[in-house]
Amino acid sequence: MHPNGTPVIRVQDLVVAFGDHVVLDHLDLEVQRGEILGLVGGSGSGKSVLLRTIIGLIPKRQGLVEVFGANFDQADDDARRVIERRWGVLFQQGALFSSLTALENVQFPMRENLSLSDRLLREIALAKLAMVGISPRDAGKLPAELSGGMTKRVALARALALDPELVFLDEPTSGLDPISAGEFDDLIGTLQQTLGLTVFMVTHDLETLRTVCDRVAALADGKVVAAGDMATMLRSQHPWMQAYFQGKRAHVLAEQSR
Amino acid sequence: MATLPLLTTTRTADRVWLRASGAWIAPHAARLEELAQAQIGAAAASGAVAIDMSAVEQLDTYGAWLVRRLRAGLQERGRDLEIFGLAHRFRDLQLDVDRIAIDAPPATRRGWSATDVLERVGRSVGGVWDQLIAFVGMMGALALSLLAALRDPRSFRWISAAHQLDRVGWRGVPIILLITFLIGGIISQQGFFHFRKFGADEYVVDMVGILVLREIGVLIVAIMVAGRSGSSYTAELGSMKMREEIDALRTMGLDPVQVLILPRVLALVVALPLLTFIGSMAALYGAGLVAWLYGGMSPDIFIARLKEAISLTHFKVGMIKAPFMALAIGVVAAVEGLKVKGSAESLGLQTTTSVVKSIFLVIVFDGLFAVFFASIGM
Repeated sequence: MHPNGTPVIRVQDLVVAFGDHVVLDHLDLEVQRGEILGLVGGSGSGKSVLLRTIIGLIPKRQGLVEVFGANFDQADDDARRVIERRWGVLFQQGALFSSLTALENVQFPMRENLSLSDRLLREIALAKLAMVGISPRDAGKLPAELSGGMTKRVALARALALDPELVFLDEPTSGLDPISAGEFDDLIGTLQQTLGLTVFMVTHDLETLRTVCDRVAALADGKVVAAGDMATMLRSQHPWMQAYFQGKRAHVLAEQSR
Repeated sequence: MATLPLLTTTRTADRVWLRASGAWIAPHAARLEELAQAQIGAAAASGAVAIDMSAVEQLDTYGAWLVRRLRAGLQERGRDLEIFGLAHRFRDLQLDVDRIAIDAPPATRRGWSATDVLERVGRSVGGVWDQLIAFVGMMGALALSLLAALRDPRSFRWISAAHQLDRVGWRGVPIILLITFLIGGIISQQGFFHFRKFGADEYVVDMVGILVLREIGVLIVAIMVAGRSGSSYTAELGSMKMREEIDALRTMGLDPVQVLILPRVLALVVALPLLTFIGSMAALYGAGLVAWLYGGMSPDIFIARLKEAISLTHFKVGMIKAPFMALAIGVVAAVEGLKVKGSAESLGLQTTTSVVKSIFLVIVFDGLFAVFFASIGM
């Protein structure tokens, strides 16, 4: 274990643009091992673009992205695969494979990356599903038969299938009722403590930010305009930050953290 | 990196000591399972067991699960068990994993016993009836929409219909031209090759003319359109169904048949006869070209001979069939598209079914028309 050694994710001077439209403009960000980082920003501010650039789905125009100290551009296919095995990704819409059952979805990365016996494969996958609150009875269902919240849970179980060191969560609690969202927050917190996870989370959920995130980074105008704990965020003078954290919906939050 | 996990055994007078060490993590899971199973299997010897976990360097859910399984396995065999020394940072994880209950088996898949197979055969026979009902139902819905459109022409989706006509008609012209041209040429070449043995060269023109105008022209074009446009209708409607777009239309008080299906089917009904005409001409052109280059029959003679051989009736027979085939293709595509369920697999399955069924229906229709035209003497 290397507490506070090299950062797990290091982004320097990152520029991402689609045609003339510059989404990320010389952005810098670091995520330390074992921390839960919440990334906030208005709709269309490029949060998901940043996440997808870090995991290598969107090509960057300029800058450096390092995950686990390795530069993805210079890594060959084998090195990439090793890195990809060490992280898990929860996509916004779940992105479950629609022709596989919930159980098979969770088993898929295990089957591809580890040579396990059928019994262990089944047990571990069921255990992972149980950890996110999916009963064995629902494990045989196809994604089309699952509710929105269950889809998110199964997708999280799949993201955690290989016990990764780092998970990327794209709006994990959006579309969940407050109770489910709260359980989800607890779950992520527990997993972070027990597995020593590093979590990179895009979220709009102020409650999530307050309860589970160690650090918050705010994205505006293609840059990280503020980063720090919630108290720092609430004190920020940036106009967007003021609107976000002092707005009507944030009121309760401000009351609570006072 | 991570050290290999070990489970070493020492025996003392009163108990067996197991010492776990190394990295109990996912990449070693297969090996760990072997170790655990070996210990459970060897547990026939009596006495208490103590497991010392203090030398475990890494532990994740995989390792914790196997610790749980080892313990459960040993306890099942009636051994006194003690586990100690697990590092503090792993304790929560182990507790979490120990708490998980996964007793109930997940739903089992269908088997292959004799009764299952019989049941499936029965269901698919029953399915044929359902398909017929769905086909007739869609025809009825289309007829109602058409009536509504006739009563109020402004309610008809003219722009959508024009767009679909462009897609299935105009954009289909090049490939239809190419295929029918080649088919016409091939029939002509085969005709000359075989008829020449009997000195019946000039009857090749009769054969090509009648065959192309009555059967081949419309059949080839209908099959091409089923593959090209029927499949895309099914895929479009299916993915709209998957993404709840069709439900959204319904809740806005709009009829999906009126908005989506009627313009598409009408576009097909208009386009297919036009394509058939173009295709038949291309086939005759190809046949004439081969007759000239391969059979040594000059274009003048070919045309003169063609004039004698064919009549307007042959042309009519082919053209009358075209709109009916278009209707069959369109209705099948719509029915299959609306049958799509949530998964990508189901979309693929229905698209395939749509193409296979519509080609089958096109050929069945062709046969029925042959009987019909023969009996009315056309």
